[in-house]
This record gives sequence, C-alpha cells and structure tokens, in this order.
Amino acid sequence: MNSSLALSIERSKTLRVVAKNWAFFFLLFFLILFSITGRGFLSVMNFQNIVHLSVIAILMASAETFVIITSGIDLSIGFVMGLSSVTAGKIIQILYNSGNHSAGFSIFIGISIALVLSLIPGIISGIMIAKYKVPPFIATLGMWGITNGIALKISNGFPVAELPDSLTKIGNGYTLYYKPGGGFSFFGLPEGVGNEHIRDYIRLIPNSFLFLAIVLFILYFLLKKTKFGQHTYAIGGNEDAAIRSGINVKKHLIIIYTLSSFIAGIAGIFNIFQTGIGNFTPFGAMYELFAVAAVVIGGASLMGGKGGILASVVGVLLIAVLENGLLISGVEPFYRFIAVGLLLILAIVIDELFPDLF
Amino acid sequence: MGYLIETRNITKRFGGLVAVDNVSLGVNAGEVVAVLGDNGAGKSTLIKMISGVYPSDEGKIFFNGQEADINSPMDALAIGIETIYQDLALAENLNVYSNIFLGREKTKKFMGFVPVLDHDYMHEEASKVLKKLDINIPSLRNNVRTLSGGQRQAVAISRSIYWNAKVLIMDEPTAALGVAQQKQVLDLVNTLKDHGIAVILISHQMHDVFEVADRIVVMRRGEKVGDLVKAETSTEEVVNLIVGSEMVK
Repeated sequence: MNSSLALSIERSKTLRVVAKNWAFFFLLFFLILFSITGRGFLSVMNFQNIVHLSVIAILMASAETFVIITSGIDLSIGFVMGLSSVTAGKIIQILYNSGNHSAGFSIFIGISIALVLSLIPGIISGIMIAKYKVPPFIATLGMWGITNGIALKISNGFPVAELPDSLTKIGNGYTLYYKPGGGFSFFGLPEGVGNEHIRDYIRLIPNSFLFLAIVLFILYFLLKKTKFGQHTYAIGGNEDAAIRSGINVKKHLIIIYTLSSFIAGIAGIFNIFQTGIGNFTPFGAMYELFAVAAVVIGGASLMGGKGGILASVVGVLLIAVLENGLLISGVEPFYRFIAVGLLLILAIVIDELFPDLF
Repeated sequence: MGYLIETRNITKRFGGLVAVDNVSLGVNAGEVVAVLGDNGAGKSTLIKMISGVYPSDEGKIFFNGQEADINSPMDALAIGIETIYQDLALAENLNVYSNIFLGREKTKKFMGFVPVLDHDYMHEEASKVLKKLDINIPSLRNNVRTLSGGQRQAVAISRSIYWNAKVLIMDEPTAALGVAQQKQVLDLVNTLKDHGIAVILISHQMHDVFEVADRIVVMRRGEKVGDLVKAETSTEEVVNLIVGSEMVK
C-alpha cells in the first residue's frame, strides 16, 4: 500500500520512529491516560503488580516469539506450562511429605524433573514439523491435547497442594524491604519483625522480576546477538535461502520448538512459586493465544522473519496495562477482549501500511 | 590452455527421458559462456549437474584440469562453484552484510567465552567486496527488502565472490529486472570477468547474451548443437540453432 499518508510518514524520521514503535508509544499513552482516569493506578505497588501478574504471560510470549519468527506457531505452551507445574508439584509433594527430605531438596528435584520433562513435547512437535513436514498448527495442537491430558491425569483434576511454604515466600517475596526511618533488608522482612507489620514496609522489586529479568536477558541475547538468533530470523525470512546457505534448518526448527516448550516449562515453575500449588492449566485460559496476540502486537508477523523479545514484552504489558487500567477506571472487565481484538487489528493494519519499517 | 571448469560427455536421464545427452562444455577463467536454448532444451539440468544438484549419469566434470567429484551442492561450493538462482536465495528481512555472511557468520567472544555475532567485522568485509566489484549500495545495514532487483542481484553475486567463487553460474540473472538494472547486472558480469571468474550464463535474452558473452553454447533437446565464438556469429545463426531450422533446411 503506497498511500500518500504512508509515504509521508515513511519520509519523516520522527514519525518513522513512532510508527515503528507504536506499541511502545501506545503503552505510554495508556499509562498516562489511566493515571488520570483511575484512582490508585499511578503507584509503584500497582505497577509492580501489573508486571508480577504478567510474568507468566511474558514468558509465554517470549517462547512464542522464537517460534513465530520462524513463521511457525506453538499452541501447546499453555498446557506444557500446566504439565510442568503439576509435575513439579507432585514430586515436591511426595518428597516433602515423606518427611525424609528438606523443602529445599524437594523443590530442587521437583523443578529439575519438571524442566527436563518440558523439553519432550517440544522435541516431538519439532521432529514432526521439521522431519515429517507436519504443519506447526497441527503438530502443536496434538501436543496441546496430550500435555493437557497428562497434566490432568497427574493432578487428578485438582491443584497439587500441601507444598512447602517457602515456595510462595520466594515467589511472592520482594528483593528489597524498606521502612522509612526503620531500616531495610533484602529478600524478606528484617529479623524479628512479624508478618503483621508487612504493610509498614515499602516492598520493591518482586523476586519474580529478578528471575524474569535473568531469563529475558538470556533469551534476548540468544535471539539478537548469536548465530542461533540470526539463523532463526533467516529461516523465517527465506527458508530456502537458509537451507542453501548451509544452515541445518531441520535441526534448528527442532531446537526452536524444544526451546519454546522449555520456556513454557519455566513458566510452570514460576507459576508454582507464585501460587504455592501445582496448577494444571484451565481449559479456557488460552495462554497460547494471548501470547500470539502479544507477539503480533509487539510487531512480529505470522509470516515470520521479524519480531523480538522486548517487542513481545511491550505487547504483553500493553494488554496487561489495558486490563488493569480499565478495571481501576471502573470499566467492565469483558471490554478486555474487545481491547485486545482492536489492538491486534491495529497491529496488522500498521504492519500492512509500512512494510519497509520493520 | 586448460579450461577452469569442464564437462566431458556428461549425460543425465530422468527415466526414459534424456535431459542432457553427451555434452562437453568448457569455460576458461575470465570467460563468459552463455548457454542458450528453448524451454526443455536441458540448460537447467546441465548447470544443475555442475552445481551438484543432480549427479550425472555418465561423463565427468573437471575443475582446473582435475577430475572433480561433485555429488552435492556442498561439494560444488567447496571447490568454488557457486550458483546464483533466479530467486537469489536472499533473506529479505536481513541486512546486506548479514546476507553475505549467511550461514557462515563471523563471531567474536563476548566476556571471553560466549560467541556473539561480529557485526563490525562483517560490515567491513562486506563493504570491501562491494567496493572491489564496483557495487554501490547506500547502506549495508539496510534490509535487502528495501533494495532494487539489480542491487539484490549484486548482493547475491558479492556473496559468492566473497566466499571465493571461481566459477559462477547465473540462471536468468536479468529476467525480472528493469532496463537500467539489467545494465547494472551486465556491467557487473564484465567486472567479474576482469577478476578472472569463469561465468556460465543462462539466459533467454539474446541482447544480454551478445552484450557480455565471449562464447555461446546452444542446446536443443538435450544435445549441444552449437559452440560459437560471439565475434564470429550473429543473432540469426543462434536463433536458427535454437529452433532447429538449420536441420530442417
């Protein structure tokens, strides 16, 4: 599309920056808007809450980012997360409640096994897609059903409870506790201060941020700075060219789906730390679809070849801020779906108008 | 003088069809040989044997006087035979230097042990090779998507040259280009010639062929029916060979 509006925007440098990062500017716009319309929106605690509650969605979107850049899709990540969460939960429950093992040891073993297990759905989808040319939609839809079924079987349809308290202490804790005039401490209230005083303290940087930041940094680095990332973009841009330039595309795709599945497994671990129980993924949660929406809003295309971790994070935060802001401003919650739908359409229109920008 | 690349009596059959029949063809370094022929004459099959896509059924391929065992595109690339296909095989979402280094990226160590892409090195090397070939592209950090057809062709060719192509096979390089860009590509072919590259050019465009080729090989129904020095032939003679009217006479 070469409308004169699109052309003039492409010529102006400032407008180019805005058009290219429209999702980010939208995020800023909504932050300002809701700060005016919503009482209590503009506060450190609320912002920390928004991110804390988006941690899972951010991990999901990061997983989906790698897959979408190769022009694929992974529908299984929501249920892989549930599988990882209940598996870790079940193992921790058994070990911890046997009385023979410490909470730390039980958690460590539970997490390790769950993470290794979360590689398997990705390896299977990857092999089906790369070697047997099964469309990604179908291959991962298969894993969508299978992982959901196994998670329900392991948990018998109930959340896995009776886990050590230390899970939520870490998962919902903060890096820094500070009381004006009363000192500060790291990773918990100061010695001798009871939990009833927790409201006197300003809590900064949830632990979940810290872990999320580490995971995101590694993923960002992998995608933007390494050969692996470069080949991921190349495969999405022109698979044929990638093959002819000697890139082992089949192997690469298997790794991509395995990575996606593994990140979903990490999300399951975040989930168990935040809730203190092993949760299977509810059927209507649609984590994978919200992840796809966030990735596309962040500027990726389902045709592949573009997108990025930070852009996807902006996509998730845009949805999260809308949800939170609408709620605080007193708008009924189902408008969320309409808002996400509108954002998606906007993302695609902008992508169509300025194909050369991205 | 021996040829840089030479096929001796190579044949390729697909079932009962003889796609290339007993063809011998040689190209010297710094020479441009055009292969002409109607659709289905066997041009593509011939070059695909040289570039390793199809193994030949009979006959041999010699590189620099020595028999070359070419069984896959990787074998061909390893000895310096590069092919520029019509679709160019560029990743349009990557920038110019990334395409030149695609699949063979240069890395450096981050914090002493993590290999990361060395953008500066690749950028510099890419601009050197473009300069060597007199190619003018505004910024090597621009995505290939933003380039013209002629510039894309130039990027694909520079990639081959950077990776030490000795023989360059070009399949219809000007087919999808505008007039000005066709000129650019033909100029580039002449530059390649000056650098001692052996070029095999497949084209339908008689005008291109007469502009850059030193020799013209005509194929018809799998056989080589003419091997002409450009200076001693005419469009008419070549067309007659292509359509086979010589034989009818």
